[in-house]
Amino acid sequence: MYRHTLEVAPKGERELVMTRRFDAPRALVFRALTEPHLVKRWLLGPDGWILSVCEIDLQVDGAYRYVWTHAERGEEMGMGGRYLEIERPDLIVHTEQFDMSWYPGSAIVTTRLTEAAGVTTFEITITYESAEARDIVAASPMREGAGASYDRLDSLLAGLATV
Amino acid sequence: MSDLDATFMALADPTRRAILARLASGEATVMELSEPFTLSQPAISKHLKVLEKAGLITRSRDGTRRPCRIQAETLAQAAHWLEEFRKLWDARFRALDDLLDDMKAGHEPGPRDH
Repeated sequence: MYRHTLEVAPKGERELVMTRRFDAPRALVFRALTEPHLVKRWLLGPDGWILSVCEIDLQVDGAYRYVWTHAERGEEMGMGGRYLEIERPDLIVHTEQFDMSWYPGSAIVTTRLTEAAGVTTFEITITYESAEARDIVAASPMREGAGASYDRLDSLLAGLATV
Repeated sequence: MSDLDATFMALADPTRRAILARLASGEATVMELSEPFTLSQPAISKHLKVLEKAGLITRSRDGTRRPCRIQAETLAQAAHWLEEFRKLWDARFRALDDLLDDMKAGHEPGPRDH
């Protein structure tokens, strides 16, 4: 089965954009993103971690919370936030904050769904509070179409990863 | 996680990333590192302190020279973590592909099935 690819790119000074297509109507994708029993099926943790808490109050100013628990060690990784805008089936805007943040401040996440010929394009724009926070996330080999200042780090990391 | 925080904070600045890229091809003194930049040597020294604190470079003494050398292991650790993050999102979206297939086929899990 054909799998669409994940694209990640920095945009402007403070944003990171992730784009992915799905072979399904927008209405189904929207449900899969917002109903807890469905979210639990795909919002995986890293190896060994299980999504133990998945709470979603899908309304403006409603809260959501996700907690992953390590199956053996019992440690927890949590994150959450509030919904700012909801327009079913094409827009969700919410805040995002990790309990133990690896970037400073919180972020605003904008999810847009557009559909054409049965394929839904899912675009997430993460707007960080500062350029520095965005750069911490984006300073990685995982994005594509990056500017020259990132390319040097890219090849640097790729070269050193084999050391 | 806090060691990686320091690494990422250090990597967040484009001048520091350029310094690391230069050191990847060999050690250099503060003076040599300052050459390509419009920043003063004290400004470059500030960046070097951040990089040293994050374990990304080491500085030694060679007579009056203080050469800086890149620490590959620290950077390799950061690269590994970031690759894991990318793999995580890839895995999530593939699981979402599977769920959407089930939903299209009318086989979606019920609200109490988790």
